[in-house]
Amino acid sequence: MAVLVVAEHDNASLKDATHKVVTAARAMSGDVDVLVAGENAAAVAQAAAKIAGVRKVLHADGAALAKQMAEPLEALITPLMANYDGVLFPATTTGKNAAPRVAAKLDVMQVSGVIGVESADTFVRPIYAGNAILTVKSAEAKKVLTVQPTAFKTAGDGGAASVEQVAAPAGPFKSAFLSDEIVKLDRPELTAAKRVVSGGRAMGSADEFHRVIEPLADKLGAAVGASRAAVDAGYAPNDYQVGQTGKVVAPELYVAIGISGAIQHLAGMKDSKVIVAINKDEEAPIFQIADFGLVADYKAAVPELMAELEKAGI
Amino acid sequence: MKVLVPVKRVLDYNLKVRVKADGTGVDLSNLKMSMNPFDEIAVEEAVRMKEGGGGHPAGTATEVVAISIGPEQAQETIRTALAMGADRGILVKAEGEVEPLAVAKLLKAIVDAEQPGLVILGKQAIDDDSNQVGQMLAALLDWPQATFASKIVVAGGKINVTREIDGGLQTLSLETPAIVTTDLRLNEPRYASLPNIMKAKKKPIDAKTPADLGVDVAPRLTVVKVADPPKRQGGAKVKTVQDLVAGLKAAGVI
Ligand SMILES: Cc1cc2nc3c(=O)[nH]c(=O)nc-3n(C[C@H](O)[C@H](O)[C@H](O)COP(=O)(O)OP(=O)(O)OC[C@H]3O[C@@H](n4cnc5c(N)ncnc54)[C@H](O)[C@@H]3O)c2cc1C
Ligand SMILES: Nc1ncnc2c1ncn2[C@@H]1O[C@H](COP(=O)(O)O)[C@@H](O)[C@H]1O
Repeated sequence: MAVLVVAEHDNASLKDATHKVVTAARAMSGDVDVLVAGENAAAVAQAAAKIAGVRKVLHADGAALAKQMAEPLEALITPLMANYDGVLFPATTTGKNAAPRVAAKLDVMQVSGVIGVESADTFVRPIYAGNAILTVKSAEAKKVLTVQPTAFKTAGDGGAASVEQVAAPAGPFKSAFLSDEIVKLDRPELTAAKRVVSGGRAMGSADEFHRVIEPLADKLGAAVGASRAAVDAGYAPNDYQVGQTGKVVAPELYVAIGISGAIQHLAGMKDSKVIVAINKDEEAPIFQIADFGLVADYKAAVPELMAELEKAGI
Repeated sequence: MKVLVPVKRVLDYNLKVRVKADGTGVDLSNLKMSMNPFDEIAVEEAVRMKEGGGGHPAGTATEVVAISIGPEQAQETIRTALAMGADRGILVKAEGEVEPLAVAKLLKAIVDAEQPGLVILGKQAIDDDSNQVGQMLAALLDWPQATFASKIVVAGGKINVTREIDGGLQTLSLETPAIVTTDLRLNEPRYASLPNIMKAKKKPIDAKTPADLGVDVAPRLTVVKVADPPKRQGGAKVKTVQDLVAGLKAAGVI
C-alpha cells in the first residue's frame, strides 16, 4: 500500500512538521509520497524530494492553492486518493482544516492527532486533553489521519525523489481569501523550538509579558508561548497558545512562568523533556509535573535567573 | 437567516477522566456533564445574531435551532442552549459513541430538512478532541467552511470570518449557506438567567432517531484499548535560582 503525506509549508520553505509526518507514514508503508500544494512553491517541492525515504513528490501549483484553503485542497487530494491507501496531514491548522473534508468525501472515519503508529491500521491518539490514550483500529479502505508532529522523530535528508507535476484544481470555490495577518517571528517557531518560555495570566499586561518573557526567551534562544488566559487577555497573540486547543509542543526545555497548570495547558506541553515552573503558589498544579519547581514571585525570580544565566555564560 | 447550532454533551471541562481498569474506555458514571465549551460559544454567537450584539444587528439570525445527538440526557444540553436564547431544539437519540462522520451525516439530514443559511459548530469536542464534524458536514453538503473563527461578520449575502491559524489570523469570505466552527476568542458565552431557564422549559424539542434520518451510525473504528497516559516523574522543587540553573546545567538543557 502507498500513502501520501501532505507537506506543511508557506510556499517559500518546507516545515519540519513534514519530515516528522513522513516518519509516521514510514511506519505504515514503504511507499511514501509527499504532496506539495501551493503557489510558486517549486523550491518546497525540491526540498521535499530530499527527505529520506520519500518515493516521489507530487507538486501542484496554482493560484487557488496559494493559501492552502480547505476547499481547493480537498478538490486536489480526493481524486489523488485513487492511487493511495492512506493520507497523512500534519495536525496543524492547515491540516486540521482540510483533512476531515477529504475523509467525508471518501466516506471514511478520520483518526485525529495521531501520536503513535502501531501498524498500517492501528493508531494511538490522546483523548480528553491527553488524560487518556486511545489505541484504535481502522478497517477503512483509505486511512485519513492527522498526525501530531511533535510525537515523531524527524526524517533526515538524503533522499533524491523525483518531482511530478499534478494539475491544481480550477474551481470555482465558494470561499475566498480576503486577508491575513501573519505574525513575523524573530524567534524559533513554537512547535519546532528546542526551548520554549511561556507566560501566563500572572503577567497582568502585554507590556509586562514583553518585558519579562521575551528577554528570557531570547537569552535561551527559545520560542515564546502563552497560556490561554494570557492570550484571551491580549498579553500575547493567539498563535502563542499552548494546550489542548492551541499548539502542542515537546521541547527539550519548557519554562512556565505564572501559569497554574490547568489540564488544558498541560495537554500541550507535558511531553517536554525538562519542565521548569516558576509560580508563587506552592499548591499550583504545574508543580506536580515540573522537574524544577521554584516557588517564587516571578518579578524577583526572572531578573535573578537572567543574571544567573549571564554568569553561567549563557 | 436560520442558524443551526449542534451542541454536544460532554464531561465538564473542570473534571479529570478516569480510565476504566479493564482498558475499554473511560468511566463517566456520576460525573458532571456539560455543554462542550466551544458549542456554548457557538450558541452565544447565534443568539447575538438574533438579538443583536457582538457586531451583529438584531435579526441577522431569524431563528436559532439547537441540535444534539446523544442519549436522552442530551436533552439537558439542548435546554441549556434554549435557556441561552435558542428558539427550539432537535434531539437525535443515540446510545453509545457516535463517531464524527456519523454525526456529520445526521446533521446533513437535518440541514436538508431545515435549510439553514448558516451552521455554527464548535471547533472540537473536548472529549474525543476530534476536530472533524464541521469540516465533514461542509464536505457532505458541498458548502464553504471557515474553521477556528474568532470573528464573524454577516454582510451583503456573504459571511466574512476571521480564523485563528498557526501563523496568526486569516480572513475569508464565504458564500451562503456556510459552515463556521468557533475558537475560544469568538465571544464570551452568557450564563442563562433563572427566568430564561424557566422559559426554556416551554420551548419545543423535537425527538428523532438515526433511523428516522436514514443514517447508519455503526462505528467505523474499533477501540483496541484506552490507557492512562505515561506518568511523568515531576514534583521536584528547587529552593533558589542558583539551584535551578545548576540543575538545568546538570540536565544538559542549557
Ligand atoms: C474548552 C477549553 C479549552 C482550553 N484550552 C486551553 C489551552 O489550549 N491552553 C491553555 O493554556 N488553557 C486552555 N484553557 C484554559 C485553562 O482551563 C486555564 O483557564 C488557563 O490555562 C489558565 O491560564 P493561567 O495558568 O495563565 O492562569 P491562572 O490559572 O489564573 O494562573 C495564574 C498563575 O500565576 C500565578 N501567579 C500570579 N502572580 C504571580 C507572580 N507574581 N509570580 C509567580 N506566579 C504568579 C498564580 O499563582 C497562578 O498559579 C481552556 C479552557 C477551556 C474551557
Ligand atoms: N453528538 C453531537 N451532538 C451535537 N453536536 C456534535 C456532536 N458531536 C460533535 N458535535 C459538533 O461538532 C463539533 C466538533 O466535534 P468533534 O469533531 O467531535 O471534535 C462540536 O463542537 C459540536 O458542535
